[in-house]
Amino acid sequence: MNPVSLLVFDGLLLVSIAGLAWASLATTDARRSVILFMAFGLVLAVAWGRLLAPDVALAEAAIGAGLSGALLLAAAHRQPRPLPPASTNAPRNHGAAGVGVVLRWAVTLLCAALAGILAWALLHAFDSAPHDMLPQAISANLATSGVSNPVTAVLLNFRAYDTLLELAVLLTAVLGILALGPATPGYQPAGPVFDGLIRWLVPVLILTAGYLLWVGAHAPGGAFQAGAMLAAAGVVLRLAGRSRIGLPDGIVLRIVMAAGMGVFLLVGLSLLLLGRPFLGYPPDWAGSLILLIETAAMLSIAATLLLAFLGGRPESTGDKAAAKRQREAIS
Amino acid sequence: MINTLSSILILAGVFFYLAGSIGLLRLPDLYSRLHALTKADNLGLGLLIAGVALHSQDLLMMLKLLLTWLAVLAASATSAHLIARQARRQVTES
Repeated sequence: MNPVSLLVFDGLLLVSIAGLAWASLATTDARRSVILFMAFGLVLAVAWGRLLAPDVALAEAAIGAGLSGALLLAAAHRQPRPLPPASTNAPRNHGAAGVGVVLRWAVTLLCAALAGILAWALLHAFDSAPHDMLPQAISANLATSGVSNPVTAVLLNFRAYDTLLELAVLLTAVLGILALGPATPGYQPAGPVFDGLIRWLVPVLILTAGYLLWVGAHAPGGAFQAGAMLAAAGVVLRLAGRSRIGLPDGIVLRIVMAAGMGVFLLVGLSLLLLGRPFLGYPPDWAGSLILLIETAAMLSIAATLLLAFLGGRPESTGDKAAAKRQREAIS
Repeated sequence: MINTLSSILILAGVFFYLAGSIGLLRLPDLYSRLHALTKADNLGLGLLIAGVALHSQDLLMMLKLLLTWLAVLAASATSAHLIARQARRQVTES
């Protein structure tokens, strides 16, 4: 393709990203805002693809647009719809409006300051170091990393410590979600058409998750994208009104939630006992160890995302039986 | 030869996308907008994918593209059905 048409494409991409972001922020209707946000995520994923970062594009499309969108839509559904502007004829409280304007300007100034700092940091980063040093260091050491996809090598080997802490953050978040109390009740059972779709869509999603996990060793993919696929299967099942959405019960759920972090730590500590540095895999074992950690991380990530969509502790089968007895007693 | 053919297919696909988008914006009610969107998008994506598959000249890639199209077909038909059914229910309730 010639450079001019690519330039036009990039320009259109930039304009739609900025336009969708603005439209999503400017609307007062929560549902419209979320739908625009999902469109924004999809266009952003195309932009990542254009920047030759397919790993980030996959994560953005699956988590940024898809799952966050579903999560926000569910949250917006629980909020009351705002009144149309025409019906708000009540005398306006000018004091409150003034505070609103001040607050809005304060937030705008803070965001502008943050953007300025980020831009400065980015320029500084380009200035201070020749920015091809890092890719060179990665490709020089890729052979000993156990995988051939440089992104996975960085995430699970060269800076595995960061990823371990990311999983710790996810675990903390999911503990917070469980503390919110029981999840909201599920949806009504789906009609035959939607049910027919999920009958083959859910197995395909699970298969895709396995594929993404496996392919992450040598091509774009990995635990985060695979976990998002598994969670999406659960979200679809819940939307279709199924009572079982693939989350285990009780203690098993807690083990799955902690598995990513737990297996990661276990591998790191065992390596310490063997006299290697923490998370310093022996090159012969690195591939298998990374696959082991990624499998556990995928399950934890999927459980975390799905619990975030539920917005609370899932009903255990014991609770369900109790609720059923209660319903029967009433009727 | 193959390049020309794939360009023609892609352009035809883009035409259907354009028609679908105009229909979405211009048609009067929800059902006809849905009709414009799903039918035109399915055909538009099909032509687009046929063009790209021809361009790639790689059997595995063609298979992946075909799978993408089938998944989108099923998902778009189902969501159109769900939206239309919900809209009809709201009309009959009120």
